[in-house]
Amino acid sequence: MTDILMPALSPTMEEGTLAKWHVKEGDEVKAGDVIAEIETDKATMEVEAVDEGVVEAILVAEGSEGVKVNAPIARLKGEDGGTPAPEPAPKADAAPEPRKEEPKPAPPSQVGGETGATTAAPAQKADGERVMASPLARRLAQAAGLDLKAVKGTGPHGRVVKADVEAALGKAPAAAPEAAAAAPRQAQSLEQMGIAPGSYDLVPLDGMRKTVARRMTDSFRDVPHFPLNIDLEIDTLLAARTRINALLEGDGVKVSVNDLVIKAAAMALKRVPEANATYTPEGIAMHHHADVAMAVAVPGGLITPIIRAAETKGLAQIAGEAKDLATRARDKKLKPEEFQGGTFTVSNLGMFGIKSFASIINEPQGAIMSVGAGEQRPVVKNGELTVATVMSITLTCDHRVVDGATGAKFLSAFKAMIEDPATMLD
Amino acid sequence: MDFDVVIIGAGPGGYVAAIRASQLGLKTAIVERENLGGICLNWGCIPTKALLKSGEVYEQLGHLGDYGLSAGERAYDFAKVIDRSRKVAKQLNSGVAFLMKKHKIEVIMGAARLEKGSPAPKVVVGERTVTAKHVILATGARARTIPAIGLEPDGERVWTYREALTPKSAPRSLIVIGSGAIGIEFASFYRALGADVTVIEAMDRVLPVEDEEVSKAAQKAFEKRGLKFRLSAKVQKLTRSKTGVTIELEGERLEAEVAIVAVGITGNVEDLGLEALGVKVDRGHVVTDAHGKTNVGGLYAIGDVAGPPWLAHKASHEGVHCVEAIAGFRTPNVRAPIPGCTYSDPQIASVGLTEAAAMEAGHEVKVGRFPFAVNGKAIASGETTGFVKTVFDGKTGALLGAHMIGAEVTEMIQGFALAITLEATEEDLMATVFPHPTMSEAMHEASLDAYRRVLHA
Repeated sequence: MTDILMPALSPTMEEGTLAKWHVKEGDEVKAGDVIAEIETDKATMEVEAVDEGVVEAILVAEGSEGVKVNAPIARLKGEDGGTPAPEPAPKADAAPEPRKEEPKPAPPSQVGGETGATTAAPAQKADGERVMASPLARRLAQAAGLDLKAVKGTGPHGRVVKADVEAALGKAPAAAPEAAAAAPRQAQSLEQMGIAPGSYDLVPLDGMRKTVARRMTDSFRDVPHFPLNIDLEIDTLLAARTRINALLEGDGVKVSVNDLVIKAAAMALKRVPEANATYTPEGIAMHHHADVAMAVAVPGGLITPIIRAAETKGLAQIAGEAKDLATRARDKKLKPEEFQGGTFTVSNLGMFGIKSFASIINEPQGAIMSVGAGEQRPVVKNGELTVATVMSITLTCDHRVVDGATGAKFLSAFKAMIEDPATMLD
Repeated sequence: MDFDVVIIGAGPGGYVAAIRASQLGLKTAIVERENLGGICLNWGCIPTKALLKSGEVYEQLGHLGDYGLSAGERAYDFAKVIDRSRKVAKQLNSGVAFLMKKHKIEVIMGAARLEKGSPAPKVVVGERTVTAKHVILATGARARTIPAIGLEPDGERVWTYREALTPKSAPRSLIVIGSGAIGIEFASFYRALGADVTVIEAMDRVLPVEDEEVSKAAQKAFEKRGLKFRLSAKVQKLTRSKTGVTIELEGERLEAEVAIVAVGITGNVEDLGLEALGVKVDRGHVVTDAHGKTNVGGLYAIGDVAGPPWLAHKASHEGVHCVEAIAGFRTPNVRAPIPGCTYSDPQIASVGLTEAAAMEAGHEVKVGRFPFAVNGKAIASGETTGFVKTVFDGKTGALLGAHMIGAEVTEMIQGFALAITLEATEEDLMATVFPHPTMSEAMHEASLDAYRRVLHA
């Protein structure tokens, strides 16, 4: 008998959602068979069986959130000997369900209204799902119609205690000081703000939405940020791109303007290393490489996969990697190390016709570049009005590490390379 | 950097913090100016318990007839009573020395002074200066004195707890000023040895931090033993002569051989260099956050010096918590209530909120009571004084507080402390099986009584 444990998808992962079971109790599995899908904030990963055997018990039901790393999720019977009477498969396994219909606990702050329906234990609730909670926490949650599974426990061994239930119900935060500081501020309910219950549909927050909300709130509140704007003429760049793509045609690679921007940004970071840096209370971390993250919109949010050491890579390589990362990001197939730990971010909304915008710093990076649409604009050259293709760039800087002059120096290096692309080849 | 952690003061806060730090792999030193074990082991909790036991046994000898027994004339040898108390303290003191050695904690004897440093203040002990990443103040507290009206010890006629532990002879008459735990314990002990004892209290009841019903019952039980009380009484002046003391109250003058000053505690914040460092101190105590951090980087304070309640177990608890926070532990989000005990005869023990405090905090309270007078074990033992009182939140069933007076209730209060820490409700207490016959059954009954389900009353 072997327990299959909740795997850690990254060194820092503490818990995840068991998104889907690919096997049911009684199924035979071989080593390497995909048995389940695990979802974290940003990625979905497949869990493969390490041993062969028969699935004796599924311990954590599909759709369970907050499953702790190393918690047993299923039990495998090793020998083929005494075959346990296979239990009837839970209904949920009969047909692959669309993800949106998975039972999700009500969001904690939403009390009253329809919570009565959502707190009913799902039929496929398995034994392994017992929530550790103090007697008082259970009673308070029951009285308020709150599903304890939706409450993060902060007591001993993650036990849900009174303070957790109160925090979930939005009462005076009795949580420990650091926990209180980390928690998002408790906004007024929609009803208190004049939006009647029933006048909207409530879409549950998934892991990605929660992560985006938390990271952006923390960054916008805690990082002293400011924008720098600059206009770039890109006619030469566009002509160069046409020539490059003609050369690369045989290889099936196509370089986009964004790939050129990533390359130029990486080279500019190499020339102005002060802009490729992170503020920490212990000191400024000067990064050795320009690991450029690119913001990719995906259904339900966005993710920033990283082109590592982009300053060392050729355009064709960058184009190939960018395409592969974007495709896998949309399929939620990125590995954590592919989207964690960049030193700079490029966000491009040019394809949507956005002229210019200022992104929020992607912590712990020192700056983020927002790329607008390339468009024909009137420009004055040597006293004469003429037409050029112009692209507006905004650099949002963390003032603790990238001062105005540093940001300007970086942008000027960047501009020089975009307007004379040959120089970015170094 | 010489150490990860240096702790100043080797009382129950400091030495326990040091052991925990060592367990967590931190290189640790502890500075002590006088005795390992601090007041608790040497001049407080432990030696007083030794005295009280002698007093209790002696008093029981006077009631042998109640148990169908008789013996010769009872007598005590005061010097031997004191000697036993000192031996107990000595034994535990060397126990702490052993623990420090076992955990490879360097003990630096001497008075410590802090000097500016980074990341934590430097610690100067005599000629030696030691540096550490973290410095924890655990310097404790001492008896508060009010010299302006004569409330300061002279070692002869006016004592604090310290002098009261080692007098040459037992006073025949004694006035105790202050009816907190310390005052009441000495009053109880010297009364057991036959002294004529009067206790003066400024508030309108004895043991004013306890639940009012307990205060009332305690006063009654003490008066039955011959203790006298002056409540709502303020000392105007204490004057001493060769043979005794005179204490002036409003409209009354009391005389006795000896007076014990037990009017509170003040933190040991002097001569540490705190002022120069800019450490925030409020009314004799260092100001800290929930994890013991002071306003100065790398400097922490725990136990008595960080404020009330001035209890050894509170100091130990804070010490462990502080060190774990330093080591990066995320402590579970449960605030453990701190029980309080008075080892008089009868004993008093409590945890959590009094009925009045619970009502003041806005709880709708449900109160249960059960007297030892109808508890089988208490009757069999001839110790029927006292009762158990429980205070529940009427809405949630949470146990908010518990209050006990009677024999050995200090040994039982942890049951209720555990219940509150685990966030038990009345159901859990009712569902717990209490062994029969024990005094602890009264705890069960008092819980049942709060919900009108008491079985034996």
